[in-house]
Amino acid sequence: MNIEQVLFGAFAFLTLLSAGLVIFARSPISSAMALVSTFFFLAGIYVLLWAHTVAALQVLVYAGAIMVLFLFVIMLLNLGDELPGSRLTFSRILGGGAAAGLFAVLALAIARVPGRVADLGTQQESFGTLKAIGASIFTTWLLPFEAVSLLLLVAMVGAVVVAKSRI
Amino acid sequence: MVPISYYLFLAAALFCMGMFGVLVRRNALVVFMCVELMLNAANLTFLAFARMRGDSIGHVSAVFVIAVAAAEAAVGLAIVIAVFRSRGSVNIEDIKTMKH
Repeated sequence: MNIEQVLFGAFAFLTLLSAGLVIFARSPISSAMALVSTFFFLAGIYVLLWAHTVAALQVLVYAGAIMVLFLFVIMLLNLGDELPGSRLTFSRILGGGAAAGLFAVLALAIARVPGRVADLGTQQESFGTLKAIGASIFTTWLLPFEAVSLLLLVAMVGAVVVAKSRI
Repeated sequence: MVPISYYLFLAAALFCMGMFGVLVRRNALVVFMCVELMLNAANLTFLAFARMRGDSIGHVSAVFVIAVAAAEAAVGLAIVIAVFRSRGSVNIEDIKTMKH
């Protein structure tokens, strides 16, 4: 058992644990904090997949920006704990069944994925670096990149218009 | 080396947990957080396949997914604030004007 397997096991366990906390925590603040830790552990998983740039972006954008937005909204709305409802309602059983069924279908599909992994070989040094991804974004994927910048602008204007009570 | 299918199983589990949260939770904010979990599971799948194929298109897709998730969070939270202003609640069972 080498260090990569140990790290993967630890990060995967902690990711699933904090994802469970997001779902089952009673107060929204606890959910948000558990979500932050989920993002950090997922960033660790990304590093194991040689995706250093995306791991850094994950921490910066998700754990930094998006979660601050969530926390601001939770504090702005001043939400209390959710009242404990009946523990096992029909919709909960249905939701659990649907999630378990989807997982079973996905697991059957994943079991058929070939286990062959490409040898990084010569691109061992450059795979997943900002240089490689940036070259790809600004040549092949330039139009989607510009579309994303437009999307962010529209989302920003839309968020201000929707959330403001009087303009 | 950890097999790629382990990463895919982790992503599938994360996606199903997010879907369970979306279906079960009644607080609109927590529903949004569960949507973020599902988007992260999709990202993990992109990165796992990028590593398997040895090209960086999956990384570019993951960057785009992160940008779209940021836009989605901004607009979604603005809608939550607007609904809270008009209804005084973020419980999605109280928001049923458009329910048939």
